[in-house]
Amino acid sequence: MDVNTAIIVSMVIPSIATVTNLIFKNNPNLRDMLTLYAAGATFLTVLTILWEVGNSTTEVFALFEIIPGIDIAFNVEPLGLLFAIVASGLWIVTHIYGMGYMRGNNEKHHARFFSSFSFAIASVMGLAFSANMFTLFGFYELLTLSTYPLVAHKGTKEAIAGARTYLAILLGTSIALQLVAVIWTFTIAGTLNFELGGILEGKIAGPMVAVLLALYAFGIGKAALMPFHRWLPAAMVAPTPVSALLHAVAVVKAGVFTMLKVGIYIFGIDFLAETGASEWLMWLAAFSIICASVIAMTKDNLKARLAYSTISQLSYITLGMALATSMGVLGGGLHIAMHALGKITLFMCAGSIYVATHKTNISQMTGLGRVMPITFGAFLIGALSIIGLPPLGGSWSKWLLIMGSADTGQWIMILVLMASSLLNVAYLLPIVGKGFFVSDPENVGPVKEAPALCWAPPALTALGCVIIFFFAGDIVVFLTPLVTP
Amino acid sequence: MATETSHHVAMTLHDHLPMLQVLIPFIASPLIVLMGARGGLSWLIAFVASLASFIVSIVLLMEVIDGGFISYAIGGWAPPLGIEYRVDAANAFMLFLISGISTIVLPFAYESVKAEISAKHHTLFYSCYLLCFTGLLGVVITGDAFNVFVFLEISSLSTYALIATGAERDKRALTAAYDYLVMGTIGATFFVIGIGFLYMATGTLNMADLAERIADQENNRTIKAAFAFILVGMGLKVAIYPLHLWLPNSYTYAPSAITAFLAATATKAAIYVILRFTFSVFQPSFQFEVYALEFIILPLAVLAMFAASFIAVFQSDLKRMLAYSSIAQIGYMLLGIALLNSTGLTGSIVHLFNHGITKAVLFMGVGALVLRSGSSFYSRIRGMGRVMPITGAAMVVGGLSLIGVPGTAGFISKWELVQATLERGWWPLAFLIAASSLLAVIYVWRFVEVLYLHEPAYGADHREAPLTMLVPIWIMALACIYFGFATEITLGAARTAADGLLAGTTGMLESVTSTEAGH
Repeated sequence: MDVNTAIIVSMVIPSIATVTNLIFKNNPNLRDMLTLYAAGATFLTVLTILWEVGNSTTEVFALFEIIPGIDIAFNVEPLGLLFAIVASGLWIVTHIYGMGYMRGNNEKHHARFFSSFSFAIASVMGLAFSANMFTLFGFYELLTLSTYPLVAHKGTKEAIAGARTYLAILLGTSIALQLVAVIWTFTIAGTLNFELGGILEGKIAGPMVAVLLALYAFGIGKAALMPFHRWLPAAMVAPTPVSALLHAVAVVKAGVFTMLKVGIYIFGIDFLAETGASEWLMWLAAFSIICASVIAMTKDNLKARLAYSTISQLSYITLGMALATSMGVLGGGLHIAMHALGKITLFMCAGSIYVATHKTNISQMTGLGRVMPITFGAFLIGALSIIGLPPLGGSWSKWLLIMGSADTGQWIMILVLMASSLLNVAYLLPIVGKGFFVSDPENVGPVKEAPALCWAPPALTALGCVIIFFFAGDIVVFLTPLVTP
Repeated sequence: MATETSHHVAMTLHDHLPMLQVLIPFIASPLIVLMGARGGLSWLIAFVASLASFIVSIVLLMEVIDGGFISYAIGGWAPPLGIEYRVDAANAFMLFLISGISTIVLPFAYESVKAEISAKHHTLFYSCYLLCFTGLLGVVITGDAFNVFVFLEISSLSTYALIATGAERDKRALTAAYDYLVMGTIGATFFVIGIGFLYMATGTLNMADLAERIADQENNRTIKAAFAFILVGMGLKVAIYPLHLWLPNSYTYAPSAITAFLAATATKAAIYVILRFTFSVFQPSFQFEVYALEFIILPLAVLAMFAASFIAVFQSDLKRMLAYSSIAQIGYMLLGIALLNSTGLTGSIVHLFNHGITKAVLFMGVGALVLRSGSSFYSRIRGMGRVMPITGAAMVVGGLSLIGVPGTAGFISKWELVQATLERGWWPLAFLIAASSLLAVIYVWRFVEVLYLHEPAYGADHREAPLTMLVPIWIMALACIYFGFATEITLGAARTAADGLLAGTTGMLESVTSTEAGH
């Protein structure tokens, strides 16, 4: 298959799944099987692209022109390909988990749910392969809109309010800030194409560089940079598969992915380093890292705690970009994959606990580890990966970020990253500890391990956290074209 | 003159297109009454006339889209003495919009009118509708200042009557029509006073001729007064923010089909007149004009964008909400004009079109909801998105286009407008545009939630709208998406129009010389 065709196919397959879910509304088994095939086919398509292209950047191909000088255009480059692999690969796992969760939990409106879900994946594919900022912006908005029904899924007052916050912040920041930034970029640079080394050098100077970067950084609300992070906890009212894939992987990673794209291909890392325009962003990211971790410690609701943990972890990636060094960018890119595996594990475990016990608060989970050993075991591995201990994937990205900080002489950033690890330990491990070491038969009651469809996927991704530790080097090599002009 | 005559001898139907554009609906209108046609037949005549007019407008647009113009002397009386119709990219695009909207709204109107207006009035209704249609086309196509006034009155008077037909559903339509009559007449009077002043100062009524004669009269007080009167008079018809009071009630209580038609065309035609006078008759280089635009129109435009959007957020009647949103969107168009650069003007013209089709979807959608639920109040239409999924989906598309989400027509115009403010270096305005879009997010999402996240109200008819409504609604909804991707026609025409307008009097003068050369 031709690469350009493959890009289109990777968007078309999930779109077809969107439609088949609606058509076979009343035939759950057929519907879910078709979606599973679609997920597999999407992943295979992305792998074909990997096979054909490797880590080189392909020619841009324009689908059509919107405004003179602006096309809807796609191409393949390492960062986007990595993101596409992560998102489509984890879609398979999450879909299997989703079937178990939605059925085990007696949720309603399955067809609508899986249909929107597939459409969100289609938007993610488009976003990952966008060849210019305009195309990316379009898919960014599409992703927000396609995930809205998922957040509002339960239809309760709480869900509607959460969905409102979700939409207001994501759509609001992107229209009020990001769109202005995009048009500003187009006005001064005359193009929006992603080019290694950036398109802005010589077009803008002085403090305005920092202002434009601020418009992007805050405009990309999906990166959940404080103070625009409120939507992420609000989105936790959605069923857990959504929180797992979309609000730990696809949507939030779309945010930091956009952030990296802007840093690498619009501004250019060297340009950022020269002008020092991203220094304030580095401090803000550091603040987000610490602050969100502290808030996470105060949350008793498991999903809320994980959400704040995500906010903190996303700022790692923003920090990597803001450091404006090769190591930082590589660390940020690598963290997209590492955090994805770790966090999706944690969320799926949280969902399994909910399916098995209908408990949402950490204080109610004492002793559950003994009857749900697989779930809690997977949770432990995921947590260790987030903390960044070897031999788990998360350790490498944190290592690279620390190296990047050292490169630029930002010693305080090293301290921030270390402190954050400690905070991670403080808010993640007690959950496992209470689960395993506190005996509380009264609380546990007749609880059994969740259905296999619920515990197997997190076990799989937990295993992935271990395996990827040994292949981190390959991913870094894969990403190096990003930093070698 | 000799060549002129011989030219006339050889004229074909094709040469008469500018006349036919207006003449077809103008003749069809009394025809409906004279034939004493019953409901169905009168609808058919109106539709055929509208369709024919639409085809004519397409041919005209194709001829002038790359620049250039067509000048048509009515009755062979050469301008500036005779009345001239002058078609260039700017008004061909408007003709295309007006006749296109009419042709699509009419099939929708068939069921909607049957439900909202009693059968004995249908004949007069369609006759009136065609008069209104004729008036709007005439306002746009003519190159004669006084003729603008004549057509304006034709469209206004018939509009008052059309709004009043909403009285069968809600008696408040009568007061709404009366309000509009009073304010519309004040506006028209101001306008004609302005034209009078111009005539006083120059002795001519032909726009091109006017432009030539006032080119060096910047400091003539009569000219300044004329500009002020014309701007305020048309401002009333446009519903520039503080002059908008007639609009919400008129749109709310008029029959649904009429609201859809008027919202998409009437204010747009009035904005076109402002554009034409500001740029082609008066000169953008006149200092008083620049002041008027920057210090009066620009602040009012921004005020409209915020105040009207803000009011829209708190409405509990969908039609009224959309009416306030229209006032806000008019603010965007005026903003583009006040920026006085090519991109801004392009954005403004393209927004005329894009907002026209967007509002057409939404108001037709409301019409369908009214047909099934009996009212456009949020409390009555709640949950209707679930029982009318096809209508509901189209309304969501319209709503997204109203916000300006990428992939919809509304996005393109917003993009142009923001780019224009940045080109001017007025970046705070860029943020204001973006911020007011956020208000649009709020009011659009309010009705989306009403449509989908509630149980349907008791007593509503739980059926999808009839096909004759769904097809027009979806044609417009697809147009909202189509013109969000394929911008050659819209942006192309708007850009040509903007450049033509910005050339100001010089553009008009060149046209005059080329006319003479052409003949």
